[in-house]
Amino acid sequence: MRKFQLSQIKAPLYEALLRYKKRRILSFDVPGHKKGPGNPELVEFLGADTLAVDANSMKMLDNLIHPVSVIKEAEELAADAFGAEAAYFIVNGTSAAVQAMILATVNPGEKIIMPRNVHRSAINALILARAIPIYVDPGLNEELGIPLGMSYEKVAAAISEHPDAKAILVNNPTYYGVCARLAEITELAQSKGLKVLVDEAHGTHFYFSEDLPAGAMEVGADMAAVSLHKTGGSLTQSSLLLAGEGMSEDLGYLRQIINLTQTTSASYLLMSSLDISRRNLALRGEETFSKLLEYARYARSEINKIGGFNAFGKEFLDGDAFYDFDETKLSIHTRAMGLAGIEVYDLLRDEYEIQAEFGDLGNVLAILSIGDRPMAVERLIAALSEIRRRYGRDPEGLLASEYLAPKLLLSPAEAFYAKAEQLPLEDCIGRVAGEFVMCYPPGIPILAPGEEVTAEVLNYIDYAKAKGASMTGTEDLDLERLNVVK
Amino acid sequence: MNQLWYTEQHTGGAGFSFKVEEQLCSRRSEYQLIEVFKTLEFGNVLVMDGCIMLSEKDEFIYHEMLVHVPLAVHPKLRRVLVVGGGDGGILTELIRYPELESIDLVEIDREVVEVSKLYFPSLAQGFDDPRVTVYYDDGLRFVRQSEASYDLIIVDSTDPFGPGESLFTKEFYGNCMARLNSDGILVNQHESPYYRENAREVSLIYSKTSAIFPLARCYQAHIPMYPSGHWLFGFLSLKYDPIKDHDPERWEARGLSTRYYNSELHRGCFALPNYVLDLFNAALDED
Repeated sequence: MRKFQLSQIKAPLYEALLRYKKRRILSFDVPGHKKGPGNPELVEFLGADTLAVDANSMKMLDNLIHPVSVIKEAEELAADAFGAEAAYFIVNGTSAAVQAMILATVNPGEKIIMPRNVHRSAINALILARAIPIYVDPGLNEELGIPLGMSYEKVAAAISEHPDAKAILVNNPTYYGVCARLAEITELAQSKGLKVLVDEAHGTHFYFSEDLPAGAMEVGADMAAVSLHKTGGSLTQSSLLLAGEGMSEDLGYLRQIINLTQTTSASYLLMSSLDISRRNLALRGEETFSKLLEYARYARSEINKIGGFNAFGKEFLDGDAFYDFDETKLSIHTRAMGLAGIEVYDLLRDEYEIQAEFGDLGNVLAILSIGDRPMAVERLIAALSEIRRRYGRDPEGLLASEYLAPKLLLSPAEAFYAKAEQLPLEDCIGRVAGEFVMCYPPGIPILAPGEEVTAEVLNYIDYAKAKGASMTGTEDLDLERLNVVK
Repeated sequence: MNQLWYTEQHTGGAGFSFKVEEQLCSRRSEYQLIEVFKTLEFGNVLVMDGCIMLSEKDEFIYHEMLVHVPLAVHPKLRRVLVVGGGDGGILTELIRYPELESIDLVEIDREVVEVSKLYFPSLAQGFDDPRVTVYYDDGLRFVRQSEASYDLIIVDSTDPFGPGESLFTKEFYGNCMARLNSDGILVNQHESPYYRENAREVSLIYSKTSAIFPLARCYQAHIPMYPSGHWLFGFLSLKYDPIKDHDPERWEARGLSTRYYNSELHRGCFALPNYVLDLFNAALDED
């Protein structure tokens, strides 16, 4: 386990909020609820203690836009905990961290290499940055129907084909827990002058266990967006942007980029949750995640005994696009059960009061995190065994997921800002999409602005809708019509 | 003079108090806080995570009702599973039936059994019967992994929060059903219908169990120490009806002496007040 340089038992922002609360300062600033009196139902719902620390930035609490005291110290501790050169607290979600990474490294008209199975937030960033994506086919595991993590060869080919590319974005891991050869890709890309940006929305825990795949900072990547709230225990929307050594000359610039889009009224609830969670991870993370891995391995073996489910894992590693696997992602292939993943996802919630992370055509994903207990894991396994008993059927006729290689006719920004018209789906074939279409979760676009609308894509959309996937991204909320470029 | 009183809060605005002579035990197990009080009115009282589980004085009501009701219905019970019930009270009633061939008990918390043996020796007698096998395991995991089949499952759980939580889920009842023979019966403690929070649980349990078992009924008893004193049990069955298939002659012929249960009461306890019936209708409406 990595040794920390700083005393990780400290939580400077949390401690400052405790002092602030004790002083019972009379508020003639915002927020206007003034710790509660004007909004009794909110106090009743969230509790007086919560509202008492929903404060505004001030001298004793520092200011996220320009941190000089307790937020600065808290960020330094976070950097130390994750082995980064610097860490930035993010309160606009990991989406904002992904956007900051791209905006900081790719200027308008410049290229960035990325797998197509990125999160919507990355393509949004391309629109903001007016950058040109060079999509790499992430590869597909045919048996499971899941996209993988980009093979080293394909990345190398993309780099040599586009020597002018400024950066590469890598998912570590993908939503399904798949990791690419991050260390080798990082080394190659950096040697060609590219910045390596890593979307670690689902990889917070990598930094606190030796039995999990390597984190971006550990392999020397330039930046990483780490969703502390996803598996690390902080409040939803709180996140970290980590900067590695390669950014050490640009740390001030990075702060300015973050400030372009981040709120000027950063929530102290979110920020204190980052500070407290970082401390918890540094002090207890190793123990917690080693237990969690036990639960995950147990769950996998029990789920695989049920029959019909394939809770897949490291047996699929191929040394390349499926180089490593995050075992805490309980991704379960459901096709042999005769049910689409999305159907199992819905049954878990509607019949068993269990909310999984997402379901797609072939898989359902249960995320294990810092908050899991053995009893919860037992419930999940038992519910799956019941789903097999009650709903299992012949798998004939289920569509397998496939990688639909996008044909990029315009850059995302060009298509997004172009004049558009809304047409019935069937009339869109051959046109350029002006907006996203995706199942949410996972939020990975089926169609992104700038891409050609093909018959295959429309088939896929029809099928996913019929299976009960909730489709998002389009202006028409029912997704009967689509915005295409005029 | 000793003025030590223990209060269990039943709601934010009501509670139940008894005078404590002595605290006999306080242990924090891996799963819960286990306490035993010696009391003036109720004898020794077992409290877990602040909830009264049983007292020496009134335990007979609960245990007799969970055991004799199904035993007076099913004509040839041989194999029984008890889920929870680490105090042994259910076992001690069950072993009075010589025709039972095997009685399995699965309890998650070994320390409950230890405490019971120390402070409730009369309840813990059942553990010594050769037909009894105790498994220390998570109840849900046990029923899911087990390959045995049972004629009767008795769910003697704590409340729907804390360590007993998973014993109130649809996946638990479903896995139990898969463990029952085709004419099997499951009885469970079904919470109290009176206070609003408890009543909600009654509706929830009923909506889950009635979706799985073809026959789902409730019966009631009066248990002084439990919230509101009015308690429900669930009778879930794959074949036998608790009234139509009730066989009082056969049961009477055994000559078992009981302090709460009798054949007349068996017929009466399935007659429920309207406000309780409304809870079941509400449960069905929600579906």
